[in-house]
Amino acid sequence: MLQLRDLQKTFFEGTPNEVRALRGVSLEIEEGSFVIVIGTNGSGKSTLLNAVAGSFPVDRGTIDIAGKDVTRWPEHRRASMIGRVFQNPFSGTAPTMTVAENLALSARRGLSRGLGRLLPARIQNDLRDRVATLNMQLETRMHNPIGTLSGGQRQALTLLMATWRRPDLLLLDEHTAALDPKSADQIVRLTERIVSEHRLTTLMVTHSMQQAATLGDRIVMMNHGSVHADYAGAHRRHVRAEDLIRRFDEIRRDERLDVSAAELLRDAYV
Amino acid sequence: MTLLISAWTIGLILSLLALGVYISYRVFKFADITADGSITFGAAVAASMITHGVHPVTSSITAFLAGCVAGLCTGVLHTRFRINQLLSGILVMTALYSINLHVMGSSNVPLLSVTTLTTYAQSLGRWMTGHDSATLLGWPVSARDFGSLILVSAIVLVIALIAWLFFNTNLGSAMRASGDNEQMIRALGVSVESMIVLGLCISNGLVAFAGALLAQYQGFADVQMGIGMIVWGLASVIIGRALIGTDSVGAALTGTIMGSVLFRLIIALALRWGLNPNDLKLVTAIFVFGALVLPALIKPSLRNVKRHAAAS
Repeated sequence: MLQLRDLQKTFFEGTPNEVRALRGVSLEIEEGSFVIVIGTNGSGKSTLLNAVAGSFPVDRGTIDIAGKDVTRWPEHRRASMIGRVFQNPFSGTAPTMTVAENLALSARRGLSRGLGRLLPARIQNDLRDRVATLNMQLETRMHNPIGTLSGGQRQALTLLMATWRRPDLLLLDEHTAALDPKSADQIVRLTERIVSEHRLTTLMVTHSMQQAATLGDRIVMMNHGSVHADYAGAHRRHVRAEDLIRRFDEIRRDERLDVSAAELLRDAYV
Repeated sequence: MTLLISAWTIGLILSLLALGVYISYRVFKFADITADGSITFGAAVAASMITHGVHPVTSSITAFLAGCVAGLCTGVLHTRFRINQLLSGILVMTALYSINLHVMGSSNVPLLSVTTLTTYAQSLGRWMTGHDSATLLGWPVSARDFGSLILVSAIVLVIALIAWLFFNTNLGSAMRASGDNEQMIRALGVSVESMIVLGLCISNGLVAFAGALLAQYQGFADVQMGIGMIVWGLASVIIGRALIGTDSVGAALTGTIMGSVLFRLIIALALRWGLNPNDLKLVTAIFVFGALVLPALIKPSLRNVKRHAAAS
């Protein structure tokens, strides 16, 4: 379903702020699999998601979604195949527009938008029914501006919007990180339900080892802009949160070792 | 009374300018100074076509299209060539100054001796009242003023209705969302760049159409008539926001039109009470400055409360 070959991206190339965010990431994700991406800060996991979504062009490598090479497609064109939920709960909805309007906009994701009415009477019931499945009593607030809702409510609606038309690929970028624990929990359960219900191919970035260990059927750990570890199949089933944390500690120790080794060399030879 | 009716009529004509500014400034947060050039452009195109014997309706519609082209240029400069918003507008506005002189052939085109929409308005007024003058609430009103007010009201009503319908279509909603949250609408498959270009097209089309009507109402087109018009539009939009205060499209459109009329009436009264006409632009600019800054100064505590409420 998703095929990444040797993706490379360097930001601010040739300046003192140069960041080699992706250093040749290759990854193949099968139809219907739910992949969790974890990694330390700056390991390139969000950059990877943004590269797939098309937020910026990559320097090298190719991106195939559902058999189509989308490497050169602009972000809005890729949106016909991709549903997205962002870390910031305010990023996924248009605040001054109503709940119903936001949902109706998402119902035409990737389709042409002409002079037909956004909210004809016949779709209003459908909108309300699907909002009711969230069990958040939002169906009574269909005509309130979405900006008046809480972060958790907005994130739940964003998730609903991202999957309103079944996307080939669902990208979740730490979509519970900015929420309070209760809302985060609610969104995680909603995510699980929607992904399994529609058997969506999903790529989810998270900071929570708990989520990583309990959700999904494959874990990809990133470090320094490349894939550091990949737990799939039977391997994945035996992974617990503690194992992941230990692996992170190893990474950190290795890095410290690198630094102290460098110091040793400098002391000895310079 | 004549003063009030004429202020009311000009306020309505300029409400089309204000609707244009509403699209660029409120929908896209794009301070589009092209308006200063495109209102004159509309006036110039309409005036020179009318003096060459073209029907005033055709001329006015062509003026609208001419404004669309001006907006298209600004939009393309900004989205394709990545030129800063304000600078894109300034470039097109400056270029339009020369273009307007070419279109008009001189710096001023009088329209008093030719058939314009005002001529039709006068016949309409005469037909409705039965005389060359009528009494409205006990005041004498000329058929020309009365007819103009009716005709302009009808035009503004129809355009506002079309605008309202448009902003509730799939396309128009995508446009509103582009201004509201770029990231979100891009993730839903809309090219924000195309929306900006289309929005500026419509915006400047309306502004130019306002220019065409204004030239026909006041009886001349002048190359200087556009100076400071963007600030005028902003003032109307801001007053409209203060009058209505919600973000729904219908309310915002109504508010903008009311804002334009109210602002024009205030100006007419101020001039009547001895405001030096030379100070008009200064006063307008100070007014807009005040309207932009005062809410933030008066209600910072209230806003904080709201923000906390939204965050929790």
